[in-house]
Amino acid sequence: MKKLALNDEILLSIQQPARYIGGEVNECIKDPEGKLRFAFCFPDVYEIGMSHLGIQILYDMLNQKDDVYCERVYSPWTDLDAIMREKQIPLFTLETQSPVKDFDFLGITIQYEMCYTNILQVLDLSQIPLHACDRTDEHPIVIGGGPCAYNPEPLADFFDLFYMGEGETVYFDLLDAYKKNKANGGSRYAFLEMAAEIPGIYVPSFYDVRYKEDGTILSFTPNNPHAKEKIVKQVVMDMSHTYYPDKPLVPFIKVTQDRVVLEIQRGCIRGCRFCQAGMVYRPVRERSVEFLKKQAKKMLESTGQEEISLSSLSSSDYTKLPELVNFLLEECKAKKVNISLPSLRIDAFSLDVMNKIQDIRKSSLTFAPEAGSQRLRDVINKGLTEEEILSGAAEAFRGGWNKVKLYFMLGLPTETVEDMEGIAELSNKIAAVYYDEVPKEKRNGRCLITASSSFFVPKPFTPFQWAKQCTKEEFLERAYIVKNKVIHMLNHKSLKYNWHEADVTVLEGVLARGDRRVGAVIEAAYRNGALYDSWSDSFHNEYWMDAFESCGVDIGFYTTRERSLDEIFPWDFIDIGVSKEFLKREWKHAIEGTVTPNCRERCSGCGAMTFGGGVCFEAKN
Amino acid sequence: MKLRIKFSKQGNVKFVGHLDVMRYFQKAIRRANLPVRYSEGFSPHMVMSFASPLGVGLLSNGEYVDIELTEPSKLSSDELCACLNAAMAQGFEVKSVRELPDTAKNAMSIVAAADYKVWFREGYEPCWETFCEEFQTFCNRPAILITKATKRNKIELDIRPLIYAMHLNKEEHSVFMQLSSGSADNLKPELVLGAFYKEKGEELSPLALIVEREEVYGFTDKEKTQFAALESFGRVFPGVAKENAVQENTAQESIAKREAEA
Repeated sequence: MKKLALNDEILLSIQQPARYIGGEVNECIKDPEGKLRFAFCFPDVYEIGMSHLGIQILYDMLNQKDDVYCERVYSPWTDLDAIMREKQIPLFTLETQSPVKDFDFLGITIQYEMCYTNILQVLDLSQIPLHACDRTDEHPIVIGGGPCAYNPEPLADFFDLFYMGEGETVYFDLLDAYKKNKANGGSRYAFLEMAAEIPGIYVPSFYDVRYKEDGTILSFTPNNPHAKEKIVKQVVMDMSHTYYPDKPLVPFIKVTQDRVVLEIQRGCIRGCRFCQAGMVYRPVRERSVEFLKKQAKKMLESTGQEEISLSSLSSSDYTKLPELVNFLLEECKAKKVNISLPSLRIDAFSLDVMNKIQDIRKSSLTFAPEAGSQRLRDVINKGLTEEEILSGAAEAFRGGWNKVKLYFMLGLPTETVEDMEGIAELSNKIAAVYYDEVPKEKRNGRCLITASSSFFVPKPFTPFQWAKQCTKEEFLERAYIVKNKVIHMLNHKSLKYNWHEADVTVLEGVLARGDRRVGAVIEAAYRNGALYDSWSDSFHNEYWMDAFESCGVDIGFYTTRERSLDEIFPWDFIDIGVSKEFLKREWKHAIEGTVTPNCRERCSGCGAMTFGGGVCFEAKN
Repeated sequence: MKLRIKFSKQGNVKFVGHLDVMRYFQKAIRRANLPVRYSEGFSPHMVMSFASPLGVGLLSNGEYVDIELTEPSKLSSDELCACLNAAMAQGFEVKSVRELPDTAKNAMSIVAAADYKVWFREGYEPCWETFCEEFQTFCNRPAILITKATKRNKIELDIRPLIYAMHLNKEEHSVFMQLSSGSADNLKPELVLGAFYKEKGEELSPLALIVEREEVYGFTDKEKTQFAALESFGRVFPGVAKENAVQENTAQESIAKREAEA
């Protein structure tokens, strides 16, 4: 039995000690001696990090190599954080419980902006200098990846490398370069130069940024001959012959995604204009149904999980969905496995499937109209009409459902009071459908329509990257308009409205479209005590506000400022395949309220065809 | 077919709490691919019952869980045991699998007593000679009074009758206790040693002890006067393929005999 990094006294005095012991079913056990050691980190608590599919894929992939040992590390919860600081215990990996600082690599997946202070916590507790420029040959190479790496600039000071795109493609090239350099006795700097030549790898210290007087970027240029002008994102083109774990880890404690996850495709054909994932994961690439069937069986057998979930941005667009779902229904019925099908469009097929897999008295239907009026839905290119929502709801109500959840965004470009009030009106109409469609004697009580709105944050690589974001006051004002309208609706007793925190949204806006100057703010906020900012209980806006003030950084510059079409953005050096020209076109269409067809209806020439596969070539095969 | 599984929980998995152990076993049994019975209804659950929850931090060599199969087992006791062990994580080990009579009550409802081995964590050890001397005297007490805080006031309680056996293991530097357990009178070993230290005017640190549960017992009669190890309520089985296998004499048979006599 391995010796733990923490003693019994510590483990018995903190919450959920099983977060820190490793040893889960399907954990990879190797002798670390002589291996390239890679610590893979999700900078949030274990229960969140263990729910992430990406790490499971890369953990499995890296460990297939005999000379590599990939281990996991997560953010210690605040109780342990305090103890580790007090007792100077270095942060450790779960598998061998060894200090992260002794590893060759520390890979950090960056899934959302509000985990940035946790990244600094992980570095700090690992006793690795926060700034890449302060690290020596003794320290691990710190590499970042994941969706937020598409604008890595606010974190540029803290990382040696960023990996742009999907991890399945060039990791082994990078590790080979590292081994080669080590064998030659090369320095850290020499390795960074080798890494800079690998496609998709970005070395932030090899670039200089110059700013104009108005604060926008004047130039972004390589300062090292090995550094590329443009970093091209990496994509897996054959999704059915690639890495996917047969034996995912099975945590002891209940994690957020306590189930087998089957990623059916990557990307989305829809092209909603607010959605970053919909742009950066282009082109849409499906996994073959044979691959998925085989993988589902293997993973259920090797984990013993009682639930399987399909994962994708829009499951209904998977071309072989009925075949896959029917297979799973059959397979899972025999094995008493539950199926969960998120992100399904509500139609006859999905209602029939849901009827088979869940207790309709308990479950609720989810629609994401995102905007309250048809006009604004056209602006954001959300191809969901009121008619589709109402007929879907009617069908569901007739089938026995009586709970509906609706997701909206407030603060979208061009939004008017009518659009905001539309949220209340649409909710009211859905409730009315229930009372019209379901006769009194068949009703299972009142229906409940829950409308939630989040506040819109413009993201890099979307048509809305030029848009101005609302201020906190504007956001809240808009939420009150909706709230007031809801109260005056005929069916208001069947309606519930709630909205998100506005402070966090403002910060997300700064971090999402921030540049290198924002890094100092993140560090200052962390020094002030900011940690676990995505957890409302531990979020303290004042730590951040102090940080902006002490660093002299203006929030409005990053959020509410109107950006001109020729501005150089901090992320412009990344080539995601989708061109800036296309995004500009889409921004213009948005303002005009013109809808763009989805990738299967008609190609709009976004540029992702350059990758040579996926939906762009479907009809041609 | 009702089965009683005995397992140990050692090492780092002592930090896995009872609810998570339950979830862990559900998954392990599914990995072992046994024809296990589920409850009826829309969201079926595995029919599964644990004898007695074990607190976080405690070790055990005698944990029990009852499950049911939908058909007679094709595998023998030993084969089933090996099959389950192939699905275990390090730290959990299945010690035995026995068949219970269909009429058997579930383990939890009959729990009577448990054996514990207790020793001191490194850094918390008392002077062993002095401890032995004082503890021996404590063991010989006719009554051990503790004060128990209820909602309204404090009451005095004699825990001596709930201690069925207690002695020192001088070589091992440990204390053995057999204590009343179950829903009615559940006595924990740390409470007994706490009482010992309290008498001396000292406080027992909650981290001082390492506790290992060795066995759990169940009542064998309705009057709740006799008990036997939960394992002995079931019989070793040969699997359907091996009709002529030798059968063990089990507590189950002695219960049947006693019932027949009554």
